[in-house]
Amino acid sequence: METRNITSPIGGFGEQKPRQQLQAGVTLVNRYNIQDVIGVGGMGSVYRARDMHFPNVVKLVAVKEMINMAPDPLVRQTIVQNFEREANLLATLNHPSIPRIYDYFSHDDRSYLVLEFVHGKDLESVITDASGFLPEDQVISWAIQLCDVLEYLHAHKPDPIVFRDMKPSNVMINHNGDVILVDFGIAKTFQVGQKGTMIGTEGYSPPEQYRGEASHLADVYSLGATLHHAITRRDPRLEPPFSFSERQIRRINTNVSPEFEAVVVTALQYNPSERFPNATAMKEALMNVARKTGTLAKITSALPVSSGGVKPLWTFKCEDEIRGTPVLSQGNLYIGCYDNNLYSVNAADGQFIWKYPSDGGIVSKPVVFDNNVFFCSEDQRLHVVNSRTGKVVWTYYTDGKIYSSPRIADGHVFFGSADHDLHAVNVNSGRAVWKFSTDGPVHSTPLVANEMVYFGTESGSFYALDFRGTLKWRFQAKRGITSSPVMKGQAIYAASLDGTLYALDAKSGWAIWKFRLGKGTVSSPIIADDFIFIGAADGFIYCVDIRTAKEVWRFKTENQVSSSPAIYKDSIYCGSVDGSMYCLEYRTGRLRWKFESKGPITGSPIVFDDIVYFGSTDHHIYALFA
Amino acid sequence: MADFFRKLFGGKEPPPELPRIPDNATTAPLTDQQISSIIASQTPKYEMKQLIASVGQSVGKQREHNEDSVMTLTSTIAGSADNIPFGLYIVADGMGGHQFGEVASNAAVRIVGGTVLKKFHSFLYNIPTMSLQESLQEVMESAIMEAHQYIQREAPGSGTTVTAALVLGQQVTIGHVGDSRAYATYPDGRIEALTRDHSLVKRLEELGHLSKDEAETFPHRNVLIRALGQGESLEADIFTIPFPQPGYLMICSDGLWGVVNEKDIVRLVNDAPTLHRACQSLVEAANSAGGPDNITVVLAQLVG
Repeated sequence: METRNITSPIGGFGEQKPRQQLQAGVTLVNRYNIQDVIGVGGMGSVYRARDMHFPNVVKLVAVKEMINMAPDPLVRQTIVQNFEREANLLATLNHPSIPRIYDYFSHDDRSYLVLEFVHGKDLESVITDASGFLPEDQVISWAIQLCDVLEYLHAHKPDPIVFRDMKPSNVMINHNGDVILVDFGIAKTFQVGQKGTMIGTEGYSPPEQYRGEASHLADVYSLGATLHHAITRRDPRLEPPFSFSERQIRRINTNVSPEFEAVVVTALQYNPSERFPNATAMKEALMNVARKTGTLAKITSALPVSSGGVKPLWTFKCEDEIRGTPVLSQGNLYIGCYDNNLYSVNAADGQFIWKYPSDGGIVSKPVVFDNNVFFCSEDQRLHVVNSRTGKVVWTYYTDGKIYSSPRIADGHVFFGSADHDLHAVNVNSGRAVWKFSTDGPVHSTPLVANEMVYFGTESGSFYALDFRGTLKWRFQAKRGITSSPVMKGQAIYAASLDGTLYALDAKSGWAIWKFRLGKGTVSSPIIADDFIFIGAADGFIYCVDIRTAKEVWRFKTENQVSSSPAIYKDSIYCGSVDGSMYCLEYRTGRLRWKFESKGPITGSPIVFDDIVYFGSTDHHIYALFA
Repeated sequence: MADFFRKLFGGKEPPPELPRIPDNATTAPLTDQQISSIIASQTPKYEMKQLIASVGQSVGKQREHNEDSVMTLTSTIAGSADNIPFGLYIVADGMGGHQFGEVASNAAVRIVGGTVLKKFHSFLYNIPTMSLQESLQEVMESAIMEAHQYIQREAPGSGTTVTAALVLGQQVTIGHVGDSRAYATYPDGRIEALTRDHSLVKRLEELGHLSKDEAETFPHRNVLIRALGQGESLEADIFTIPFPQPGYLMICSDGLWGVVNEKDIVRLVNDAPTLHRACQSLVEAANSAGGPDNITVVLAQLVG
């Protein structure tokens, strides 16, 4: 076998050679025939090999390799010492949950340890591959076996052995469903005063291990961390250290018994003296849980709130579906309907005031300006009617149906049309000031800010125009952008049917971040504090941190979410095609209440003076207490 | 804005009125005060946004090796097309003893820097410019992962902090692992840490196990819970914020922030006539306070 030192200059990124692994078919020391790679660790690979000393039977072994690449002689020496320590330690152990060691040898810059081959899968893969939570009784039975092997190690003579690296990837579950503890090599030693030399695995190690104190109580903690991961499926390496108490087990997995939770919580105590005094005591406690929950009576979760509790303040019935969003001005609610009418009703009691017929369905959200209501219709027109009388003031024709909502700024109305144009119209005269031609129908409602107009098209382009209608920049998404953009600071946020929420630099259009939604969306985002909220066709309402693009929470509705959320006080309101209007606590996504209408809700709610107003495809306008 | 539209879409501008000069006007020399106020009102105004930056570094007074590494690049492209300030500022503080700390921090600044630049090269320095498919945060994340894997492979056992700021336009995207820090400082004396240390002491403080005073004297102040090159999975903090304006972006290693208090830092920055002098006085301040560790500082400013 030929080995080469891998030397490449620093900064020579690009085609980097993967660390050399042994090829299948290579035979080590004329005895171990390498078959496959079964794992990759920090220092080298682990292979499955056949022991050729038993030519008549297939005897499989695990060959653990450590490559010594350290250029520093002192470090090289430490690595070899650690390897030999692991080999000698393992050779003295005899327990069903510890793999047997057969051999060890070194070859050039590599050292090898030959171990019992475990048919099975490591616990980390078991957790990851499971479709849901692992059953509690299964986890308890593994936990008891792990306590048993820790008990054995801690009682080792002359010196107790502290495993120091208990974590799911070091626990193998063999073909009988029993646990085998693997990887006794901890190549890193802790030296006080040396910065950052860490031992154990972040997320599973107890606080005192960072201070260089690794007693048997450290193993108790790490076992607690491993069980916490197994039962909640929350990987502690992805969470802040020592934050288990912030992820209460039964909040995440409601099927876990309070008794088992109590055992894990005790093992995970920050202060070592508050944990189980030893693995034996923890095993006792687990046995008691197993006895008590022998039948494992499943605790079913109660529904968080009743949906029948919310009664509308008033309702108003139209002739057809309502898919749009209302606007409220001076005590009157204005909303368009698929019966072609724009309705004006009294916001206090839902009394009809007037209706104005257009020649097409109305999905656009009206806007009130200077005692006039501006709204767009599928009849290809922008209509302007007097807000008190409902009499037409002027109309403006485009060459396509209009789904975009008008935005008014600095004496002009901006809106898009299916004729591929973005229109800028004088607010008083109704005359076109300019039109900007795009590559597709414009259903997105423009955002007007800082003398710029931002909007998306059904072809997936996103345009930034100045007030003259000159293109400043353009961004391309993979599919259409129906959703309307929002702005905070110097960033624009828009979502696409390609399933991505984009953050773009307002000046250049450069993508700052992308957040993947489960499916595409037509919902428009809204921002509160440093959070952005949006619904998507996968049925979720998402909350994302706008600085880091990390998901804060998501809430599942029963069908797709086309509605755009509204924020009022500390609640978020959003409709779903499942027919319900949801009210969630916006920092946590906790459900406060939901209200079921009799048809999908695709329009968006508005909230004013503690009242939520919205329309449903069941033909009704609803007013609910927020 | 109404004026703008009036101009744009017609409408007459009133004829400008000529100033009338009184017959008996006399002239007098300006007082010093008037002159200085005129000069102050004429501090250079750039039409375009321009990014400037400076660096300071010192091995300190008590160490023999410098395990800090730093990389800066400031670029301006302005012309008929839009002006795009572009800057990349990286500080890394290596650890692990022997020469390994240097190897790790050097690898971190070069690989993070190189990976980011390679991705931006065809966008910034090419005609026609090619847009990048990845977002700024994706570019930053992949650069840090590249460096993380390199250090694990080539310098096992060592580790490094890295705090990198990518400035494009008026946004700054920060990638951060460890306990070097990025700050925003303002002319009114405010200073704000943008990053959160990934250190044991900070974590214990956040959990309420240490008070602020206990934290100051905690014996293991230098123990990190996240570092480049350490651990199987690494999660860098990555976020984007508007560039502090008016003010400065500062990145430094713990050789500065652990030695000179924040009030003094912001005062030294604001008192210095230039960025270059500001970096020098920060390094001097850390050294005259004993210089227990390597010191690295980068200051960047967006002017115009």
